[in-house]
This record gives sequence, structure tokens and C-alpha cells, in this order.
Amino acid sequence: MNPVSFLAQMVRIAIPYLFAATGGVVAERSGIISLELEGLMLVGAFSATIGTHYSGSPWIGVLCGILGGLIFGLVHALATIRYRADQVVVGIAINLLAIGVTRFFLKLAFASSSNSPRINGFGGRAAAHGFDNPLLWMGLLAAPVLAFFLYRTPFGLRVRAVGEHPGAAASVGVSVNKIRYIAVAVSGMLAALGGVFLALDQHQFTDQMTSGRGFIAVAAVIFGRWDPVKAGLACLFFAAAETLQIQLQGNHVIPSQFIEMIPYALTIIALAGLVGRAVAPAALGKAVE
Amino acid sequence: MTASSVPTGNPAIRMTGIEKAFGSVRANRGASLEVQQGEIHALVGENGAGKSTLMKILGGLQPPDAGTMEVNGKDVTGWSTSDAIRAGIGVVHQHFMLVPTLTVAENIVLGMEPVKGGRFDYRKAVDEVKTLSHNTGLEVSPDRKVADLSVGEAQRVEILKTLFRGAKILVLDEPTAVLSPPEVRDLWTVLRGLRDAGGTIILITHRLDEVIDISDTITVMRAGQTVTRLKTTETTPSEIAKAMVGRDVALTSRDEAGILTTPAHGGAIGQPPRDDEASAINVTNLCVLGSRKTIEVDGVSFSIRAGEILGIAGVEGNGQTELIEALAGLRRIESGSVRIDGKDVTFRNVGERRTAGLSHIPEDRHRRGLILDYSVADNLVLGLQADFVDKGLLDTDRINANAEAQIKAFDIRPPVAGMPARNLSGGNQQKVVVAREMGGAFTVLLASQPTRGVDVGAIEFIHSRLREARAAGKAILLVSAELNEVLALADRVAVMYRGKFVAVVPASEASEESLGEYMTGTRKESAA
Repeated sequence: MNPVSFLAQMVRIAIPYLFAATGGVVAERSGIISLELEGLMLVGAFSATIGTHYSGSPWIGVLCGILGGLIFGLVHALATIRYRADQVVVGIAINLLAIGVTRFFLKLAFASSSNSPRINGFGGRAAAHGFDNPLLWMGLLAAPVLAFFLYRTPFGLRVRAVGEHPGAAASVGVSVNKIRYIAVAVSGMLAALGGVFLALDQHQFTDQMTSGRGFIAVAAVIFGRWDPVKAGLACLFFAAAETLQIQLQGNHVIPSQFIEMIPYALTIIALAGLVGRAVAPAALGKAVE
Repeated sequence: MTASSVPTGNPAIRMTGIEKAFGSVRANRGASLEVQQGEIHALVGENGAGKSTLMKILGGLQPPDAGTMEVNGKDVTGWSTSDAIRAGIGVVHQHFMLVPTLTVAENIVLGMEPVKGGRFDYRKAVDEVKTLSHNTGLEVSPDRKVADLSVGEAQRVEILKTLFRGAKILVLDEPTAVLSPPEVRDLWTVLRGLRDAGGTIILITHRLDEVIDISDTITVMRAGQTVTRLKTTETTPSEIAKAMVGRDVALTSRDEAGILTTPAHGGAIGQPPRDDEASAINVTNLCVLGSRKTIEVDGVSFSIRAGEILGIAGVEGNGQTELIEALAGLRRIESGSVRIDGKDVTFRNVGERRTAGLSHIPEDRHRRGLILDYSVADNLVLGLQADFVDKGLLDTDRINANAEAQIKAFDIRPPVAGMPARNLSGGNQQKVVVAREMGGAFTVLLASQPTRGVDVGAIEFIHSRLREARAAGKAILLVSAELNEVLALADRVAVMYRGKFVAVVPASEASEESLGEYMTGTRKESAA
């Protein structure tokens, strides 16, 4: 096994997780459950494909992806904050909605039910191992940047306060719902970037291409105990497991089905055993009037 | 705090004709309040009298339906929370509004964080808190997490939080409910200091001793209306109590200075139970772990005879909750034994203990005592449902008949068996719990904070029920944060400190001062 190619592959696999998990952390720290990461990623991937396809520029694709995530994030925020709908149900609904919406527009735009035509991406020089992709660097920086905002700025302090004890925040004149709207919107854009990376990296959109990555990101949020940096490390851990799985594919000693289980089995073991009792933000899932 | 520029004689707060309804409940019905600048003003009344609603309106949390309010002579009717904060009104809520995962300094500056170059300047926040803490005498450690604080400290943080926002009018909602006597004295010192510096303080309470102790003037509310305004130096506890309840209330001599209780129905206070009665509950060397696997009850032994009340005094969080839960069967007993009526129930579950004769009034009626969405009738048979079954189905006729009888016997108002418990006032909810636990047959009663947050009338009623039960030969373990309540009801008083009984004395020999020293750990003595 070549360590450089292992590392490069691991990072590439980790980037979508990193974006989505940091998005999950910011929303959940503000008190809104983020089960919708999967759907947000899918929307991000599709919007980026559309943008890139019609403009030819992956940067336009990035902007479209962010916009798509923002819109879906705001739908989520509206339903859970304004209308105080059950956050788990809305999260699942957003995931299903994203599958339907992307499939519909895939058919409409490209007359295909499986995939889009090939689109441009970033970088691509073989020698760079993918490290010439600006999105990859953004993904690696997402967690530390979020950690800075969360722990070192007034806004971050308010996000943490709102997620733990909205009543206390409100009693000192902090607008709980405003903070939550912003957090969920940011979460939508971040998670969408995870999808954008996927689409640009694979140079196309395929139906349901996120295939459960959003849920791995949710697991990473919990595994990382709602801390951006720890969640980021959890993403790298899951990505390492997946890389291992891919690199072991060729060997015929272990049945491939078992190897394919590695990332998911590790996820379950990690969440059940290693985390111990993870303490979620106290007000997670609770709407305020 | 600086003296305001308002001319003397112009009140700091004037609220007139305040109306506020929640659905069909009229919480405020033309209530009024006038508070002079630089005074400590007690706002008293029974639960549900509308005190908290009036203060929520003042603090901008809710707009009034009708009426006007002026602060420092300016009309501010219907303002918002942030308007109120900006105008210098600070509310210290009964349930602390603090974020447990943040530090003291972070909590205090939240929403007004000092900023340096876009970043939250935490060091400056700490410095500012230190200065404020020093100037007011409210001691706190800025770097500690709020979750690790004692309730007394948390309350100081709450007060600092309002002062940090420039509060000149401080509203405190039942501030002493969670404090030990020495902490109460410290709080009084701070409040007097703030008043002398020109601050205005409104204190919501229903403890008459505090009213007499600390206030300059008193407003009494009843049923949403302001009934009277008194000068503290010109009134007496019985006059205030009468105004609160609307009729004469019997105060024992002990209660003249404390909370209200009626004279004993059975046996004088402190009268030792007769020796020929065997102990109804016997606890030896009980050890219990808390939720964080720390030892919360550390080798406690006691027994209570039939017809005796053993009162447990102590600052909350010294193992009382764990002790009661362990006795009730809700928490695992690590070592030691519990015998009820001679039967070993150490490893028995809640139901089996009930069968053995144990009854339990839990400390938190919302968490353990009631299912708020169930009707009063259903709540009255919770845990007893097996006795109300006919051919495998609930016998609604008997459940309703039971409800009618209990509602009558325990004066539960409104007397509607089908009403969800949620719609009852705190006092009447507690009566439902008391009716269920005391209305049937039992030999031992665990009464944990039986009158917490209930009004004067209900306190009086529950106290007389406890005395009747004692006279009827029941053994009662009473845990109360109210020292006066323990002293008024118990035959013997045990003080719990850090999981141990540090003193057990006959109530007749106990005084608030001596118990206070045990409660805070300043005096120690092995359990008698």
C-alpha cells in the first residue's frame, strides 16, 4: 500500500464529510437537529452540476451549489423555527425532497434518469493527487475556521448559548430565532459544498450520488461530540476506514462484502462504544416560541 | 448604580389598571403597582395571584391587554425585553436563566460581548466581571463553568448579569427558595447595599419573615388584583397574611416569623412518640450513588416510629433527593438495608414497597408526581390502578367515584374530575398528589418538599393533613428546604450535609441558628 496515495485518497473521501459535518455542527450547536445533511449535499451536487454545465465554469457551479444549499437550508429553518415542526421529521422530509427534486430536474435538464453529462472540474493534474483543487483546501479548513467562529467570536458564543439554553439567551436580548436562522443557513451552504465537491470531483451528477455520506457526517457530528475539530477528525477516521476498504478490495482472502462493511461497522462501533455518553446541546431539537 | 435624575416623589415604577388574560384565565385584573426609587419593595401574594405575570409585563416579556405602565415617569406600556433592559430593568428569574456549559464571565456578558478586532475579548470580559463583582460584593469566580456552581453562586451570577446591563431596577422572583440561611443573609446585605446606592428592588416572595426582614414597602396581590399597599414598619405578618388569603389565617408563634402553618392537630411540637411503638421504617447504613456515580448518601441510619415525623433539614443537593429516591425504590441501594414494618424491602421495587405500606410525595410533582395531560381522576389512581380494574379493564365508574371522594376530601379546586392536571394551579396539583398518597392505606410516608411552590392556603391544608396522619399513627419522613416547615412539623430533626446525618435533635431543642450551622457544615457532630 502506497502511503501517499492512501493519504490522498483518504483526504478526497473526507472532504464531503468535512463540509457536511461542520455544517451539522453549526446547526446542532444552535439547537436544530441536522438529519438533512444528506439532502443538502445532494442538492449542492446537483446545483453545482447545473451551474457548471451551463456556464462552463466550476466557480459558477460552486456558487450555484451554495445557493441551492442555502435555499434548502432556509426551507428547513422555516419549517423548524418559524413553524416549529418536528426537526427529525423535517430532516427526513428534506432528504426525500432532495432526491425527488434532483431527479426531476435531472430528467428535465438532461433527459436522463441516471446521470448528467460530463462537466468541468478543478485541477486534475495526476501528479497533484487532487491537492490542486481549491475546494479540497476549503474543506480541510472548514472545521478549524468554524471552531474559531464558535469559540472566539461573539456570534459563536451566542450560537452556543442558544443551543444550550435559549431562555437564558433570550433573557439578555439575544434573538434566539435569528441566531438559529443564520446557523441553519450556514449549515445548508456548508453541507452543500460537500456535494459540490463530489460532483466536481466526479465531473458529473448521478442520481442519489451522495449515497449515505450525509448520514456518515451526522455520525461524525455525534462522534465528535458537537465540536468542529473533533467532528473533523471523526470525518478523517471514517474516510480512512473507507480508503482501507477500497484498497483491500483487490485481495481475495476476505470476502468483499465484509470489506465493504468496514466503514459502516466502524461507524456503529464508534458511536456505540467509543463516544460513551455524548452530551448533546441541551436545547437540541427544541423549538422556542 | 447612580441616583436617577427623576424628581423625588415621582415613582420609579407605576403600573395601573393592568389586565392580562391567558385564554380564559385572567392573570391580572386591573392590577397596580407603585414603587419608589431607592426602596426595597416586596410583592407578595399566593400562587396564581398574578405576581409573576405582572413582573413579566414589566420586564417586557409579555404585553398587557390593557393598562398603562410608567418607568421613571415615562410611558413604556407594552415595551419589549430589550427596551426594558436598556431602561435599566433587570429580572432575576426563579429558574435561573444561565447557560450551564458557559463560564460565569461568558454568561454575564452574553449579548453585550466586549470585542477586539472582531473577536470576543474574553480576558476583558473576565476583568469587567471582576470589577463589578468587587464593587457590589457579589463574589463569583469568572472562569468557572456555571454547571459547577452552587445555587447561591448561580444566583449571584444572575444578579451580576442584570447589573452588567446597567440595571437600576432589580426584580427578584422568589430568590431565597434555594438558599441556606447564611446565603440569605449575604443576599440581604447585597440588596441593602444596592438600595443604598440608589437602586430600586422588587422582591417577589411568599415568605413573610423575609418581607418583614428586608422590605421597606409591600404590595399584596390576590386573584390578579392589587389588594393593598403597606409600609413594612407599620404592619404585622398576620395583617399581610390576611390580605394575601382574604381571611384570617392562624399563625403559630413559630410561624409569626416564618411560613404559615396551623396549630398542631395531634400532639404538641417536639413531643416524643411513645416508646411502646415499634419503628415503622428502619434504615441502616444506607449508601446510595448519585447520577454521576458519586456517593450521595453516605452511611445513613435512622428509624421512625409510628406516629412520628422525622424532618430532614439541609441545603438542597446534600443527598436528600437520592435518599428519598432510594427509599422509594427509584434509585439503587449500594449497601445498607431498609425495613418497612419489619419487612426487608432493600431489593424490592417501587410497587412492592407500596404494597408493604410505603407512600411517597415526590419532590417534583411535574417530573414524578403527576402526568400533566392525564385527568385529575386518572392521576388520582396512578400506581394504584391495579385496584381499579374490573375483568382486566379499568373500572371508570370506580375511578370517577374515587376522584369525586378525593376531590371533596382534599378540597381540590376546581372540582372537575375530568380536567387535565396541567390546568390546575400548583397548589391544587400538589393536593392531587397528596390525596393519592395520603388518601389510602399506608404506614410510612415519604414527604419530599410537600409544599414547594404552593400557596399559603394549600400549605396550611397540607400541614394539617400531615399532622392528622401523625396523629393516626403514621410514620413520616419529611424533607423540606424550608427550615421553618421542618421545625414546625417534625418531632425530630436530622440535618443532612454531604450525604451524612450530621445532627439529629428533638425539634424542641432545635433552632434555626443551630441547624443553620450544621446545614452549612460549619458545625459537625456525629448523628445522635
